Amino acid sequence: MSEINREAVAHLAHLAHIEMTEDELAKMAGELDVIVDSIKSVSEVAGEDIPATSHPIPLFNVFREDVVGQTLTNEEALSGAPDNAAGRFKVPAILDEE
Amino acid sequence: MSVHIQDETLSFEEAMEKYDPVLGFEVHVELNTNTKMFSDAPNVFGDEPNTNVTPVCLGMPGVLPVVNKTAVEYSILIGLALNCKIAESCTFARKQYFYPDTPKNFQTSQYEDPIAYDGYLDIELEDGTVFRVEIERAHMEEDAGKLTHMGGAAGRIQGADFSLVDYNRSGVPLVEIVTKPIEGAGSRAPELAKAYVAAVREIVKNLGVSDAKMERGNVRCDANVSLRPHGQEKFGTRSETKNVNSLRAVERAVRFEIQRHAAVLESGNKIVQETRHWHEDTRSTTSGRPKSDADDYRYFPEPDLVPVVTTPEWIEELRSRLPEPPAERRKRLQADWGYSDAEFRDVVNAGVMDSIEETIAAGASAQVARKWWMGEVSRRAKEAEVEPTEVGVSPALIVELDRLIQAGKINDKLARQVLDGVLAGEGTPEEVIEARGLAVVSDDGPLLEAIDAALAAQPDVADKIRGGKVQAVGAIVGGVMKATRGQADAGRVRELILERLGVQG
Amino acid sequence: MNELITSSAAALADKLAAGEVSAVEVTQAHLDRISEVDSAVNAFLHVNTDEALQVAADVDKARAAGEKLHTLAGVPIAIKDLIVTKGQPTTAGSKMLEGWMSPYDATVITRIRAARMPMLGKTNLDEFAMGSSTEHSAFGPTRNPWDLDRIPGGSGGGSAAAVAAFEAPLALGTDTGGSIRQPAAVTGSVGVKPTYGGVSRYGAIAMASSLDQIGPVSRTVLDAALLQEVIGGHDPRDSTSLPDPVGNLVEAARNGNVAGMRIGVIKELQGEGYEAGVLARFSESLELLKDAGAEIVEVSCPNFKYALGAYYLIMPSEASSNLAKYDGVRYGLRALPADGPMTIERVMGATRAAGFGDEVKRRIILGTYALSAGYYDAYYGSAQKVRTLIQRDFDAAFAQADVLISPTSPNTAFKLGEKLDDPLAMYLNDVATIPANMAGVPGISIPGGLADGLPVGIQFLAPVREDARLYRAGAALEGLLEQKWGGPLLASAPVLGGVK
Repeated sequence: MSEINREAVAHLAHLAHIEMTEDELAKMAGELDVIVDSIKSVSEVAGEDIPATSHPIPLFNVFREDVVGQTLTNEEALSGAPDNAAGRFKVPAILDEE
Repeated sequence: MSVHIQDETLSFEEAMEKYDPVLGFEVHVELNTNTKMFSDAPNVFGDEPNTNVTPVCLGMPGVLPVVNKTAVEYSILIGLALNCKIAESCTFARKQYFYPDTPKNFQTSQYEDPIAYDGYLDIELEDGTVFRVEIERAHMEEDAGKLTHMGGAAGRIQGADFSLVDYNRSGVPLVEIVTKPIEGAGSRAPELAKAYVAAVREIVKNLGVSDAKMERGNVRCDANVSLRPHGQEKFGTRSETKNVNSLRAVERAVRFEIQRHAAVLESGNKIVQETRHWHEDTRSTTSGRPKSDADDYRYFPEPDLVPVVTTPEWIEELRSRLPEPPAERRKRLQADWGYSDAEFRDVVNAGVMDSIEETIAAGASAQVARKWWMGEVSRRAKEAEVEPTEVGVSPALIVELDRLIQAGKINDKLARQVLDGVLAGEGTPEEVIEARGLAVVSDDGPLLEAIDAALAAQPDVADKIRGGKVQAVGAIVGGVMKATRGQADAGRVRELILERLGVQG
Repeated sequence: MNELITSSAAALADKLAAGEVSAVEVTQAHLDRISEVDSAVNAFLHVNTDEALQVAADVDKARAAGEKLHTLAGVPIAIKDLIVTKGQPTTAGSKMLEGWMSPYDATVITRIRAARMPMLGKTNLDEFAMGSSTEHSAFGPTRNPWDLDRIPGGSGGGSAAAVAAFEAPLALGTDTGGSIRQPAAVTGSVGVKPTYGGVSRYGAIAMASSLDQIGPVSRTVLDAALLQEVIGGHDPRDSTSLPDPVGNLVEAARNGNVAGMRIGVIKELQGEGYEAGVLARFSESLELLKDAGAEIVEVSCPNFKYALGAYYLIMPSEASSNLAKYDGVRYGLRALPADGPMTIERVMGATRAAGFGDEVKRRIILGTYALSAGYYDAYYGSAQKVRTLIQRDFDAAFAQADVLISPTSPNTAFKLGEKLDDPLAMYLNDVATIPANMAGVPGISIPGGLADGLPVGIQFLAPVREDARLYRAGAALEGLLEQKWGGPLLASAPVLGGVK
């Protein structure tokens, strides 16, 4: 079996910023355990001499000239924001301090 | 709100008796390209919030990055100026962490293969000794947006009720310059720290690739400090102090951390590897809250960008664009200006060489420029505990004051009062002179009356002058200046006295 | 049924050019069809009535004024709701973006506007394109027009169903592991995944950046070629966009021919795991191709058996990163934690808990795992090496064959809910389509007949930049099959709505 247990999923959920209930953690752990088990074989065929491919079609030096283009207006920028104030995106406090 | 606890420190001398400091720096340089690193939004400071943004800067669904060629070239120029090797091929990577100023919740950066690596910088300390700092790497990345914390204590994250995010800075091109561990600086570590950051700032400014204004965050420094007992090979645990954003602060922060580390080690405790925040007001660091994702950024190759491949031709073309290196430039400027070694060193150490160059370019003589920057401006800087460049005196203002002195409208003493007025926002020098009634008494009539009175009051001195002892004229000048409450042009007074007595000056 | 809705895009374009019908009539006929059948099919998340009719009216006016118009001007199209559009909501099938209006257009949308094609609306999909059945949409499943109790494939089930139900002659899809081709296969429509980089991804909401590709969905091979030529070509906003066009696709589609073509049957993409009915239709197609002069060769791609595993490491890894931006700060949903401190970190956590469905969460957690410290080399790193091995397999196969062929999907449309609780079984639907995404090669799925009354898809694969070969081979097989059936497969589909 793989290393994915409830604690591992809790850590991953924390890294991914997804709150999960105990039930969800347990269910997810079970599902991922099966999935990871079934895809583990990839590490067995990946020999050291094989280069990694990160892009299916190799291109390089794709650049943009340093010329200013069209920007959004402040209204457009904020149009989808859940909350805003003073032309800026408003977010809850960053630190928890009572 | 948490209570701020001041950490124990040992005196710097005691710390140095037992320990060797090891330093390391991560300096972030904002490039002054027209557009951002991965989007064609303008790279401009100080505009209305969230106006210099495209969907890319806001991390909108569906957007893709495209690399700014000029930013790549500026990065290579920085690498070359730091004597680095330039990567034949390098890639971008995603550094993943959640923070509201980071619109994609990852920063597009470089990880395994930076554009520049293995360089060095020779740092000249105040007494002329040269210390080589080795550069590990310089890599390209993007800046985050700006958070403003509202409610609670003014502008602080602690105790804030909510925060506001402006993404105008989001995506501004950055080059992060990372040193190798710097060993052997001993008690000169704080001085070296300041000199290193000053050198990097000077280089990027000289290259023209950054506005290099620390007060605006164009150059930002994170300083790593660790201590180890004399004779020990192994490095101690380090702290990383962030938010060290002036040269003076770099020096002070390194000094403080050395003293704090020493106190912790002396008390038999262990240094915690952590981020520290520098506070200019208390001149101390405090422990930063550990970032939740700090231990796992889950870097992986940026799939939306393709590699940057450099050719020798491209690099040589860029190398040919390199301006005169700062050290050579200093030699040339000293010769041009005719300063003595001591004078020039003082100018460099005071951090006013560029200001003097600009002042001379604006029309002042080398001597006048030095007089102002090393005299009045430095005095005010010291009083206010800021850098001379932060006093608010521009080269143009100095040229203007000098012009007014040369024209006999004001004298040196009045010029200082004019400067007070200008810095207090009372208007142009001319306006301040007018408003404060500071013009020198230039009507010879009242002056002659005062001269006659002074000569009559000191007839023996008048005789001496008539007899050829011209240097005695000072006593009469003094009397006249006293009588006119300083508002006379001393030079003109002297002329008139000699004229009155029929003596050649 | 109204002939305007059963016509191919190419036929509509001819009628429009000849002045036999107006663009408003064509558009209205499709809008009428949507109102008639979409309550049953649920292909559309948004119907863009006013704008579509306005664009159509403008086309008619321009044509009357003698303006030179694009071939497809006035031919309506449906857009997968993963592609951002100004003036229409874009949800990605997720509660996370419900009600969000993009302030910018995707590059493909800019091109569709330039061609003056009326956009009928946005089509349903598995949330953030994660799924093979469209059951993972936050807005309810789309149903297969061939059997409303069955899935239309996924993630682009909405686009495929819309085309198969004659609600639109053309649609845009996106294909990360088969999301265009597999829905096309199980709905009896045509779907193409172009060469990676052949169509700009700018404005396609990213799932897995190195695998995603926008492509056409249609009822004929020629229609797909016409649409790919509208949307394809270099885009400076996409750094992975190919600098050169991929060839003359329409000409290839008009000249379908396999005489002398070497067609490679991929040994690993048949047999065990493939339904007997699927394999029977596949064999028939091979016979037809052989009779038409193709040289059928068997090729082996031994590393394809690792493709699914590698895909389920790379895709979630990239997706976990691409979906990090949905945090309740800049756009979309913001949810507050039920209790405890109301910090931004917790609000992000609550937003992502409420906004994402189970499959999205599963893939984000899996991807976070594959990239996390200590596992990167074993998982993401290894998967990238497998990618190299798959490319090598393709290289070797294309040394022996001009195009490759396989069933598009191992099975026909399954029943709604049948695989919803078994992620692994669901993932196996893409076993034949995934290798193309891993290597960036283009692929097409065309209708290959029915098995137990449900459509079977036949897939062709070509080397990168050789999309034209797909159209040549695809059009040839399409012609051979329609000759055999006496008309298009969809003509035999069950009638939805009114009288045929």
